[in-house]
Amino acid sequence: MPRNTKGWGEPRKPGEAVKSLKRIIRMLREFYPGLFPVTIVCILFSSATSSVPAIFMQKVIRDIQTYAESGDWAAAKAVIYPKVFFLITLYVLSIMSITLSQQLIAIMTQGFLNKMRCRLFDGMQNLPIRYFDTHKHGDIMSHYTNDIDTLRQLLSQALPSLVQAGSVVVFVFCIMLYYSLWLTLVVIGGVVLMSMVSKKIGGGSAKYFVRQQAAIGKTEGYVQEMMNGQKVVQVFCHEAQSQKDFDEINDGLFEDTYRANAYANALAPIIMNIGNVLYVIIATVGGILLVSGAKNVSLSGLPLDVDIVVPFLNMTKQFTGNLNQVTQQLNAIVMAVAGAERIFALMDEKPEADDGYVTMVNVNVAEDGTVTEADRITHHWAWKHPHTADGSITYSPLRGEVTLDSVDFAYEEGKPVLHDVTVYAKPGQKIAFVGATGAGKTTITNLINRFYDIADGKIRYDGININKIKKNDLRRSLGIVLQETNLFTGTVMDNIRYGRLEASDEDCIAAAKLAGADDFITRLPEGYETVLSGNGANLSQGQRQLIAIARAAVADPPVMILDEATSSIDTRTEAIVQRGMDALMKGRTVFVIAHRLSTVKNSDVIMVLDHGRIIERGSHDDLIAKKGTYYQLYTGAFELD
Amino acid sequence: MFRTISRCLREYKTATIITILFMAGEAAIEAVIPFITARLVDSFTGTPEMSVILKTGLLLILMTLVSLFFGGSAGFTSAKAAAGLSKNVRHDIFERVQTFAFSNIDKFSSSSLVTRLTTDITNVQMAFMMLIRIAVRAPLMLIFSITMAFIMGGKLAGTFVIVIPILVCGLLLIAKNAMPAFRRVFRKYDRLNESIEENVRGMRVVKGFSREEHEKKKFHTAAEDICKDFTKAERIVALNGPIMQLCIYFNMAFILLVGSKIIINGESNINVGEMSSMLTYGMQILMQLMMLSMIYVMLTMSAESVKRIDEVLNEETDIRNPENACLTVADGSIVFENVSFKYSEKAKKYALSDIDLTIPSGATVGIIGGTGSSKSTLVQLIARLYDVSEGSVKVGGIDVREYDLHALRDNVAMVLQKNVLFSGTIAENLRWGNPDATDDELIEACKLAQAHDFVSSFPDGYETMIEQGGSNVSGGQKQRLCIARALLKKPKILILDDSTSAVDTRTDAFIREGFRKFIPETTKIIIAQRIASVQESDLILVMDNGKIAAMGKHDELMQTSDIYREVYEQQTHGGDNDAA
Repeated sequence: MPRNTKGWGEPRKPGEAVKSLKRIIRMLREFYPGLFPVTIVCILFSSATSSVPAIFMQKVIRDIQTYAESGDWAAAKAVIYPKVFFLITLYVLSIMSITLSQQLIAIMTQGFLNKMRCRLFDGMQNLPIRYFDTHKHGDIMSHYTNDIDTLRQLLSQALPSLVQAGSVVVFVFCIMLYYSLWLTLVVIGGVVLMSMVSKKIGGGSAKYFVRQQAAIGKTEGYVQEMMNGQKVVQVFCHEAQSQKDFDEINDGLFEDTYRANAYANALAPIIMNIGNVLYVIIATVGGILLVSGAKNVSLSGLPLDVDIVVPFLNMTKQFTGNLNQVTQQLNAIVMAVAGAERIFALMDEKPEADDGYVTMVNVNVAEDGTVTEADRITHHWAWKHPHTADGSITYSPLRGEVTLDSVDFAYEEGKPVLHDVTVYAKPGQKIAFVGATGAGKTTITNLINRFYDIADGKIRYDGININKIKKNDLRRSLGIVLQETNLFTGTVMDNIRYGRLEASDEDCIAAAKLAGADDFITRLPEGYETVLSGNGANLSQGQRQLIAIARAAVADPPVMILDEATSSIDTRTEAIVQRGMDALMKGRTVFVIAHRLSTVKNSDVIMVLDHGRIIERGSHDDLIAKKGTYYQLYTGAFELD
Repeated sequence: MFRTISRCLREYKTATIITILFMAGEAAIEAVIPFITARLVDSFTGTPEMSVILKTGLLLILMTLVSLFFGGSAGFTSAKAAAGLSKNVRHDIFERVQTFAFSNIDKFSSSSLVTRLTTDITNVQMAFMMLIRIAVRAPLMLIFSITMAFIMGGKLAGTFVIVIPILVCGLLLIAKNAMPAFRRVFRKYDRLNESIEENVRGMRVVKGFSREEHEKKKFHTAAEDICKDFTKAERIVALNGPIMQLCIYFNMAFILLVGSKIIINGESNINVGEMSSMLTYGMQILMQLMMLSMIYVMLTMSAESVKRIDEVLNEETDIRNPENACLTVADGSIVFENVSFKYSEKAKKYALSDIDLTIPSGATVGIIGGTGSSKSTLVQLIARLYDVSEGSVKVGGIDVREYDLHALRDNVAMVLQKNVLFSGTIAENLRWGNPDATDDELIEACKLAQAHDFVSSFPDGYETMIEQGGSNVSGGQKQRLCIARALLKKPKILILDDSTSAVDTRTDAFIREGFRKFIPETTKIIIAQRIASVQESDLILVMDNGKIAAMGKHDELMQTSDIYREVYEQQTHGGDNDAA
């Protein structure tokens, strides 16, 4: 039951395709060192056993003919039965091997896909944020859906059929030669004709399928836009016009769909009937050869006889049928390999590098100030600093001081985003960034938690260059609340606990209370056990934001980054959230990025960014007194967007 | 369940019927071919005659060519019928959606409508194409083949009495067991993919909290689970091939064993040629059964899509144009009389309750209130985007339900909160408001909406292409274009639903000033977050929890309404305004 597959892979260089195919087979052998060869043997065996019977059938038919004249059944029985029983034995073996191979293929296909999926996912988790910023999410997703689906087709159908049909073709071809060269030549002639026809029709079909894909894309685009804007359509009474535009696109899609499918549909009956013509020709030529008593040329040296012509007819069908399968499977394989290449490309993507060696650990602080590492939660954190030179280890307390020293950064070579940015954040200070979209506010926070690495300058956390801190530990020491809240499928409690996996229910509830989220959560139908799905689609934007804040609160990091955390909340709700945020910010170093200046007013330092440079810095009062850009923003003379 | 959809066939009925006829013809010929082949083979034995061989051979080739013509043509007609069906279904769904009221749109999410218009229809199209080609052909072939086999083979055909029930039972059993298993797996599979998507989208959160290992572990468990279910389902289906083979082999062995005895003993006048044709018929019969089981599976698989399509096609719109509808709107006065509203009849809570309100024509009304206070709901009743549950809304002195919908909505211009621009030029987008608007009118509207300056600053001016979703203009620019688009309707009532939230305060003030100066007769309703946007209105409504908590002018509300004062103070605390 194949699912919808969209894998119209662009044609690749054949060399690349073969390489990817080899890689798939190598992986199969690696995952299933035993099952893989067993399956191959089973397939080969079953195709052999399904070709050999033709010979025995021919022998049985000859026996029948011999004894038909005499009518001596008893004598015939002695000759015929053993042959038929041998045949039945072959059949039984063939069925057994088919059953076994099919079951093994099912097991291996799913197992392989599972391993691929997991490798893909694991690899993805290790990729740097840059990858996600530069690739469309839909494209990444299609590796898991479309590309994996084509792999499934490849392993469960295309490859086994290829092996099976290919070996049948070879076996049958040998047997045909065994019987008669002349008839075999006729078959080859028919096959050449078939391949010519199918190339011609198949080419037409492929051309229109490409067009159909484009038409489908166009229709989808239009439909998506219109369905999203349907309310606007109604408000502007634009129904008739949008229906007219749609019908035009729809008619175009119809034309291309019709042609693409027409050629594809016609191909099969045409090929099949050419096969039938061939069958008849073989019968006729066989008959003529019989009548004319022409000399037979064959491997077996048998003279041409009815009992050769009859099985030969069946073999003709088998031969052409399987040959068709081989060509069909080749197409499927080319398509699947294109999908596999895309999967491999993602798997081969370079993972996020991490050569940090300073780690964050729980410590006990003795009365005399000596610090010892603890193996349990002590609520005292320290940086553990191994020194390679003398093998000693030093501990320094986690304080939450962050400094940026002349930082330069560019996402793309030659397009600098930040110039010479210097920021000192003392523990417990609140630092705000304001500025237009694209001024570089979010970029700064991307650098602090090393989503991106700086080009020049230094960023230090508690005096340690952040390049030396293990990324996971660095990020654990930084809480982050983003404008775009991402919640995960699961209960509200699970989502809050995401901040600190070992947090107890009480910890989570306390964090929710701190964030001001407890109130609405307890009013949800299932309270903290309410299951959120679709990124919390059943909650309002403000409620989602509150959960995200609670999630950061439960992590309890010394440094927080709030990137437009309250921008999509209305003013009244913001008052509530703001109280939660204020509670959360107490005693922490906080970086705030905000659109609403009311949110940043009480910061210790406000940085006004413009085109990647800090153009003004100071407290709210300082900046107002200065009557510069901040003042203009504050009085509403400037539009921030 | 296929009735609604089959009505969409319309002009493609002919192609459908022709396809079926072609396929029947092809089936008939194909069924006869082995019979005649048997005669050909027979002619080899004894004293073969060249003329008989040639004649029979030519007849066979002729028949095959006719069959080729039938099959090939059916390929074309079936493609036409199926593509035509899908075109018509797509048209019908789209048309149906155009008649939807807001409440109907809310019921189907836009993404689910898109799936119905694309994937679901494609599924139906493929199933239909298969159906008209095989559903007639397979049973026909089956009947022909069985009949021929019995005519020719006599006793030998007894084998089918044994084999067919075995195969049918086997295939049905497999299909019956596999289908629910697959459905279950696909549901789980979709959920897995959803969670991957969640991860891709939320990667900053995952990495920000260093949860990579946690996510991997979670994923592995889910993937393992799916793998197990998937393998189980696939293994059931994998039994199809062996069962088929079993039947074919049984057939062959039976015919050889029994056939040899019959022929040698001379029990019937069957001969060698006929015996080999029996083998061919055997194959054909079993193949057709396989096809039928495939159709069964396909139909059940597409049934899901058909159901989802039917849901849209059978959805009745909640708002209809009245008969003898009123076509002109006298003025921009608005009256709410005892209005209550809930989004669905089943909803327990009213979104709006006990609204009584009179707005004179030409007034400026401001509305503020928190999220979920039903501000948007209130104004949407004016354009009859929803119908009231109780009470009535009057525009120009007449109940909105008595107006022609287009006439009403042309006079009540709404700038929606979740507004969209469509791909096309700026001018094209603006002309949604009035298709016949001149260039000067466009400029005039844009000047009023404070959009002219930035539009003219674009290299292509009004011919600038807007990308899908309006991603190449900023939020504030988009809002101003949406206002201009609404202004082009020259409406009697203009409603701005939080439509200047991304516009800076100064420009916002200019827009309002323009309204006052240039469209004084138009009733203006402004929903806003910023007090500044509504401060100088003739009337300000403070909404809370679906009710009008307070109304009056700014100064009165500062005295009487705690909510109003609270918001005002929050926004002006220590300064005047927000920047955004």
